[in-house]
This record gives sequence, C-alpha cells and structure tokens, in this order.
Amino acid sequence: MKFALFTGCVAKGATRELMLSTTRAAEGLGIEFVEMKSAACCGAGVLSEKTPLVADALNARTFAIAEEQELDVVTICSTCQGVLKKTECHIDSDPGYKKKINHLLEEGGHQYTGGKIKVKHFANILSTEEGLNLLREKVKRPLAGLKAAAFYGCYVLRPSELSLYEDSDNPTGLEQIFEILGATPVYYDSRTKCCGFPIVMMNKETSHDMAGNALIDAIESGADCVVTGCPLCHLSLDSYQPEIEKMNKKGYSVPILHLPQLVALALGYSPQELEMDKHIVSTARLDKILEG
Amino acid sequence: MATFRIKRYNPEKQPEPYYEEFQLDIPQGATLLDCMNQIKWTLDGSFTYRMSCRSAICGSCAVKANGHALLACQRQASHLVKNGDTIVLEPLGNMKPIKDLVVDFKPFWDKIDKIKPYLQPKTRAPEKERLQSPEQFKRIDDSSTCIMCGSCYSDCNVLEVNDKFLGPAALAKAQRFVEDSRDGKTHERVKELSKPGGIWDCTHCAECVERCPKPARPFDRIKEVMTVALEERVTNNTGARHAISFTKSIKSSGRLNENTLPVESVGYFNVKGLFDLLPVGLRMLFKGKIPPILHKSIDDVDDVKRIFMEADKE
Repeated sequence: MKFALFTGCVAKGATRELMLSTTRAAEGLGIEFVEMKSAACCGAGVLSEKTPLVADALNARTFAIAEEQELDVVTICSTCQGVLKKTECHIDSDPGYKKKINHLLEEGGHQYTGGKIKVKHFANILSTEEGLNLLREKVKRPLAGLKAAAFYGCYVLRPSELSLYEDSDNPTGLEQIFEILGATPVYYDSRTKCCGFPIVMMNKETSHDMAGNALIDAIESGADCVVTGCPLCHLSLDSYQPEIEKMNKKGYSVPILHLPQLVALALGYSPQELEMDKHIVSTARLDKILEG
Repeated sequence: MATFRIKRYNPEKQPEPYYEEFQLDIPQGATLLDCMNQIKWTLDGSFTYRMSCRSAICGSCAVKANGHALLACQRQASHLVKNGDTIVLEPLGNMKPIKDLVVDFKPFWDKIDKIKPYLQPKTRAPEKERLQSPEQFKRIDDSSTCIMCGSCYSDCNVLEVNDKFLGPAALAKAQRFVEDSRDGKTHERVKELSKPGGIWDCTHCAECVERCPKPARPFDRIKEVMTVALEERVTNNTGARHAISFTKSIKSSGRLNENTLPVESVGYFNVKGLFDLLPVGLRMLFKGKIPPILHKSIDDVDDVKRIFMEADKE
C-alpha cells in the first residue's frame, strides 16, 4: 500500500510524537507514505471563516498534487480529513466553482480533475478488510488486558454525508482496529462528541468542560486509556487535562494515545520509540498492563 | 414486535423520570410518530408528546430517538430498529422536560428573540414590496427553511455545558437577517453576535448540521456570519483575532504557526489572557512539545502566496 501523506500542521508542531508514531506504524505495517511537503494547511475550518475561496483553492491544490502523484491521500488528523472532504464535495458538486478554483491554480501549474484520488484517514485504511488483515498479520504484541476508549473527533463523523464511516452515529472502525490489536474496546456515549478544542482560546471553561465530560465518561466506562485519531482532540484531552482536573477538582490522569501509537505498540515498538513520554499525562500506568 | 423504551416523566405523580417499555408491531411504512400515536391511542392514553402536521413542516414532534434528535414524523420506525429490536425515546436535550417527551422551549425562544429576528430596513417602507434578486434571496434561502423544531438545540455539544450560548437555531436565524439584502443593521448585528455566547463560541462539531431536518444546516450559516463579521471588521474579540492570525500564518508560510496563534488570538495587550496561556505553554515546553521556534514554510510556498493574491483580486 502506498499513499500520499497529508501530515497536517499539528503533527509537525505540538504533537510531533504523532508524526513519529505514524512513521513507525507505517514502517511496521509495510505501508509506504510519501509526505506531501508542498501541500498547504487544510485551513482547519478556520481559514474558511476569513476566506472560503482561498481555503478551497489550497485544498484543491493538495488534491491536484496527489493526482499528479497518482496516489490516494491519507490524513492523520480528523480535522484535516473532514475539511478536505468538505472542499472535495463542494468543488465536485459545482462545475462552475471548480472552474473558478482551477483558474486560481493554473499559474502554479496545478489542475484539479476530481474523482481520480481518494482522501482517507489513517483509521479508514486500517479498518478496510485489507487493512485489518494486514494488522492481523503484523501484530507482534497483542495488547491483551488494555481497555481502550475511542475518541473519533467530530470532523470524521459529521456531516455524515462526508464521513467515511457507514454509521457515523455509531461508528465501529476504531473499535474494530482495537480488537485486532488485542485490546478491549470501551463503548461510551462521548466517543462521538466534540472535545471542545476549537474554542479553547475563545471560551476555555466551556472547552475544558466538554473535554472533561468526555474523560469522565471514558473513565466511568472502565477505560485504561483514550485513543484518538485527531491531534487537536489529543491537545484538548492530554495537554489541557491538568486544567480540566483543576476545574473539576478531581484527578483523572487518563493517558491519551494517538491511534498510530496504539497500532505501533501492538507492532512491537516501545513507548519510548513512540515518544509517549512526551505526553502531558503520564502513560506509565499502561506499562504494567502491556507487560501483562 | 419492537420494544419502545420511553422516558416517562410526570412530576405531579412522581418526581423522578423513569423508563417504560411498550411492545408494538411496526406496520409497514409507519413513521416513528405513527407508532407513538399507536401507543397513545391503544396502550397508554397518558403518554404525552407534541405533534401536529405529520409532514415535517410544523416542527412540533422533535424527540430524541436512540440518543439523537429527529422529527418523529420524518423517520421510518423500521429504520430505527436496524441494530436491535428496541427504540429508545427521550425528550429533546438541553431543555427542561415538562411531561414525558414535552420540554420547555422558553430558553430556545428567548435566544431567538435576542437576535432580533425581524427585518430592520435601511430605508422607509416603499409603496410596493421590497424587491430581492434571486441571487440575493439565495443567500438567505437555506436559513429561511428552519422550522424551529429544536433538534439542533437539543444536541448542540456546547449547550450541554454552557447555557449562555445562543445556540445553532438562533445563530442560523441571525444569518437570515445578517445577509438579507434589505436589512440595514448588518454591522450592528454582527457586532452583537461576536460577543461571548455568540458565533465564536461555536465549536464546529456539526452536530446541528447532522440533526437539522431541513436545509438550514446551522453550522454552515454560523460560518457565513463569521465571514461577514470579519468583512465588517468586527475584530476586537478572540474568535476574530484567531481567524486573522490563522490566515496570516498560512498566507506567509503555507502552514499554521502554533506559537504565534495563541498569542495573537488572545491579543498582545491582553495581560490576563496571555497569563492564562502560561501554564499550558510551560508544561508543553518542559515536555518538549512546543512547536519549533523557527517556523518552517512548506515547499513551494510562493504558489500559496500567489493564490492568496489572485483571490484577493477577485
């Protein structure tokens, strides 16, 4: 399997352990990723608040580059995934708009055709039959005894017409992956909710409350850790967990893992090789479970 | 035979809500509302809910089915039992239940009132009607389709923790006036909507888009109001500064600069805001999670800059 990797900005910035663990997971699975070094930021749904046309043009430029490479795009961030799909849908459904976008791209030597490549989240390529078989074959250290709670990230689920999950109110893609890795999935209501990150600057109490409710729900459902496919959810649930604890006057200390970290752990990589020690919330409590 | 597990509540008889189960054969083609009517008419006449048109026009029969808001008259009951034989019915969320599935819509209507849901024209009323071109109408067509059912309000993730938030229905309704070519208070409206509890408190989760039974799609409308607010230069708030800083960063490097974004969002002169950033900043610095200080541009960033310039001309 070979894909164009759209890293997103946060995996190269505040969650560099996501980038590293993605590389490790791909290496362990034998998946080839070609990093899209000239692709611009997806805009995270924020650039489009200021200038929707530029946001769509930059994303169309990303698709055009993938078309030139003849590779499907893989994202490792729920927000990137959702925003790219939204642009794709908007442009593909409006020929006049596509023409306008391509006019903007023309001088840079790019043209977006449409329908030639697919945009998928890392979780989506793993939860296909081919991906699940690959995981089955490559798991070296089953994560037996680990209760993992999925946290999907809004953008890969809603609106459902852009989601790659068949039932976006009750997705099972991440849980299917957990099971094959040997972990026990924890089902809880908040797994499809919002982590609150987009408003952490504007209204931190509300943002932390949203993240806190999700953490409490996961803990009360018996989770040893929360696993997310979105680095923004990771920031909200991990980096801000001390603020959430302070606000709720309770200690949680729930480790938050990036999906590629969980995958790579089962492939035999050590927590240090996946920079799990860079997390704000210690992942040490998982060591005992992993040692079995 | 399907089981309808219904959340019952009648404070006159019992202070706490409870669940009661009813068995019913779902007739072919029956909507959820048909089944609710069947339960009321044949099994328990005290079962209470709102309904009227049965045609997804009046917006009365919104309830939560299997955890999510929907119009009972718009959904085939058989589609709701696909993962088992039970349909769980509960009142809409984020509003206080009055009896069974009936909730108190007062906070919902109060927030609609707050956005001044009426035209405030630029000029005195003309002798004949105020004309709009089809293009002008298209800007407000989608938000005009809102039937005030409260489904978006019920499932809004922000409202679950912050009842000061105006919420998706009121903000979508606001777009209908903000972008109405006949309205003369655009600037005043977006200024008001940019205050705490307004557009910038929306967390982009699109739960409202998912639950909306009409093309109103509140989150899409909220984003349109954000764009107008920025065009109107209503920028003395964190949300607007965040969007401006984000844009500036992509325009200059093709990527997000995570170091400048928080500082520029709270504002360079906002001492308290900057102070609030310190704990998380120091924590991340200590763990080596601070993004590289030397911000690197993407390859071929000149093409990105060119696209920004070209789009500006348009």
